[in-house]
Amino acid sequence: MSTTLDRAMEVPAAPTPPPRQRSPRALLAAGVVVAALALVPLGFVLTYTVIIGPSEAWSLIARPRVRTLLGNTVSLVVACTITSSILGVASAWVVERTDLPARRLWHGLLVAPLAIPAFVNSYSWSSLFTGVHGFTGALLVITLSYYPLVYLPVVAMLRGLDPALEETSLSLGHSRTTSFFRVVLPQLRPALLGGGLLVSLHLLAEFGALQMLQFPTFTTAIYDQYSSTFNGAAANMLAVVLVLACLVILVGELRLRGHRRYSRVAHGAARPAEPIALGRTAAPVALLLAGLVGLALGLPTYSLIHWLRVGSSTEFPLGDLAAAAGTSLGLGAAAAALTVLIAMPAAWLAVRYPGLASNLVERSTYIANALPGIVVALALVTVSIRVVQPIYQTLALLLLAYAIMFLPRAVVSVRAALEQAPIVLDQVSHSLGVGPISTARRVTLPLIAPGIGAGAALVFLAVSTELTATLMLAPIDTTTLATRFWSESSSVAYGAAAPYAILMVLISIPAAVLLGRHATLSNLTSDVTR
Amino acid sequence: MTRLEIDAVNKSFGDVHAVDSVDLVVPEESMTAVLGPSGCGKTTLLRLVAGFLVPDSGTIRFGETIVAGAGRVVPPQRRKVGYVPQEGALFPHLDVAANIGFGLPRARRRSARIGQMLDLVELPAHYAERFPHELSGGQQQRVALARALAPEPQVVLLDEPFSSLDASLRIATGHAVVRALRAARATAVLVTHDQDEALSLADQVAVMRRGRVVQAAPPRDVYRSPVDIEVARFVGGAAVLPATIRAGRAVTALGEVAVASAVKDGAAEVLIRPEQVLLGAEGSGVKAHVDAVGYYGHDASVTLTLLPDGPTLAARVNGLDVPATGATVAITVAGPVVAFQ
Repeated sequence: MSTTLDRAMEVPAAPTPPPRQRSPRALLAAGVVVAALALVPLGFVLTYTVIIGPSEAWSLIARPRVRTLLGNTVSLVVACTITSSILGVASAWVVERTDLPARRLWHGLLVAPLAIPAFVNSYSWSSLFTGVHGFTGALLVITLSYYPLVYLPVVAMLRGLDPALEETSLSLGHSRTTSFFRVVLPQLRPALLGGGLLVSLHLLAEFGALQMLQFPTFTTAIYDQYSSTFNGAAANMLAVVLVLACLVILVGELRLRGHRRYSRVAHGAARPAEPIALGRTAAPVALLLAGLVGLALGLPTYSLIHWLRVGSSTEFPLGDLAAAAGTSLGLGAAAAALTVLIAMPAAWLAVRYPGLASNLVERSTYIANALPGIVVALALVTVSIRVVQPIYQTLALLLLAYAIMFLPRAVVSVRAALEQAPIVLDQVSHSLGVGPISTARRVTLPLIAPGIGAGAALVFLAVSTELTATLMLAPIDTTTLATRFWSESSSVAYGAAAPYAILMVLISIPAAVLLGRHATLSNLTSDVTR
Repeated sequence: MTRLEIDAVNKSFGDVHAVDSVDLVVPEESMTAVLGPSGCGKTTLLRLVAGFLVPDSGTIRFGETIVAGAGRVVPPQRRKVGYVPQEGALFPHLDVAANIGFGLPRARRRSARIGQMLDLVELPAHYAERFPHELSGGQQQRVALARALAPEPQVVLLDEPFSSLDASLRIATGHAVVRALRAARATAVLVTHDQDEALSLADQVAVMRRGRVVQAAPPRDVYRSPVDIEVARFVGGAAVLPATIRAGRAVTALGEVAVASAVKDGAAEVLIRPEQVLLGAEGSGVKAHVDAVGYYGHDASVTLTLLPDGPTLAARVNGLDVPATGATVAITVAGPVVAFQ
């Protein structure tokens, strides 16, 4: 028999999750409608494959042309992912871990290329240098446009890493370099894989830049097939292959990531790491970064201004500019409102009523993340012609395409916003005698408004520079900044194209600033509600 | 304020009988701590009282009013309960004054009531304009209590309100909260898994285990006269020794001790709390070997093995007179002890 002074202590367990509540029927119904909408493109691809039958499908796929496209697409995806990862990790490490002067400024400059759409970037290069085309041209321009997609998650991950791990490795006698490869890099794996996934999926969907650089991939080939013959079969079958490629990448990323966990073991805020002194290497490192920023940001800026001056010396079509800008703004705003609205039921279900049905609804809205805009557009063209003819060639169909394409961003933002308003706050409000409607007005809405604004801004940003689906779905008399820029630059009217590109970048700025503000606000509120 | 009465309340989630025929009365203007390990159903019980959950059967009364049961369910917003959740859950977009005034009618939201409430929870008046993220954890809890008390609720419910605070802050905040509750003459239920918190703060401790309330009594009774060995161990350090009862006294390895309650002759187990084990000079009791000493300054815990071969038990001794590890001491037991038959 033994006794002990230790109390019957038990570890204070995590708060037990609230008991499952059944989701209200109206909400679930709305969620199912949204999920069905998001599944239209994938449903189209699957239905088409089944209808056409295996032998016909195979004869369309097993063509030398498809083999060439596959080779082009795969080689560019692999090469771009590698170059973007190297640039992204290296620049993130320098900015986050060294004593390089003016690191905040560098951070801003390194992220800024995201504001320049890849097709504008390729225009900047190919209009100045005739040699920039084909595989090497595409690799150069796309890498300069996409490396921030790796840089951003890696910076965030580096900031959250516990410096004690690297310090432990150093104290065990490993060099900085060995520690980086054996301790730091493995921990960056989720960020690196996530960034690489983004680069690959963006590249599979990329149309404008690759068309301009004359490097045919599936997406450009689908567009050519569609615009030349308007013939379903060939374009649709290419779309099936493209969707398969996207799925292969998604599954590959999941398997590479595996079930390993990279979370910090102990709680508490991570101590900021001691910056590594660059010493004598500071100047060369700064020079390299400056070179990267110069190529990714400086050159396109120079090119746009150069062509603006060339163009304005001849004519400056103020009326056309204003009209196209008005259309872009209007479409962006309408799409942002629509997308956030339809994201609401899916996000609400996922946050407040977790369960199988809610998960399925939420997951379906994410599928569009892996579907190139061209597939969404192709699906909507086909479905609208076959099923709902009256909306073909209307703005409604275009807005629907935007909503499906950018639903994932809206759902993620609205979901995060709803998580800022945990249900316990509703309960506290109820216990204080405040009814449900008043609670929504006084507690829930004020808390989620910033996040919803951010979601709307994300959709607005994406729509105001969207090219592929707009080209395919916009009614004939509808011209946006992107499509007008596209038609001018396709006819080698570089000077005439420049003002449209500049305006496109300019109207994205307020939304981008709004996003930046939201980031700090959400950090602030999460400290309290966590 | 109001007496709270829970009568034969049941609540199941699927196969889990979370609250199993619970009866509990919380007298007016007193605080009851519901104490139990995680998963014992104590939070579910609190949520039933708050109205966030509806009992499967049984009734809950605030004074004479039935708020749940007999086919009647009053929604939480009409129960007038003050609810203080874990970590406070202050509204992050509102300052302290707006948080405290949240449950008040519009006209009173910026009135002197805010100042009174800040005063009640012992926070300076200028805190009214601070935002939740500018407060420490303990201050957030006090504001959460002020917010709950401002509309003069019938019953105040506190759901492990101190568990996220560190040890020193927990004690100070706990006592401040109790003072505020007494000053507001509130009827309160505190849910906790911390024995010290329950024993030191509450007027009544209700020990819950697997969905049932196994004992509800003043803290001293729960500690001194637990209903069974499991409760005894849960509320404090406890050595359980075999004994033979003879004429109301227990004969144990430590000698003969008085028994607290009336017991029959025969075999029994006796409960010995660490503070009942007294260390003396050699020769004045049973010899024991000092295995380990945990020194805390004000006192020390000593682990002892009776010579020659056990059993092992614990003693709590004054910090002024602490034996060395490895020494041999003589021990006696300060009775009376509790016996279980």
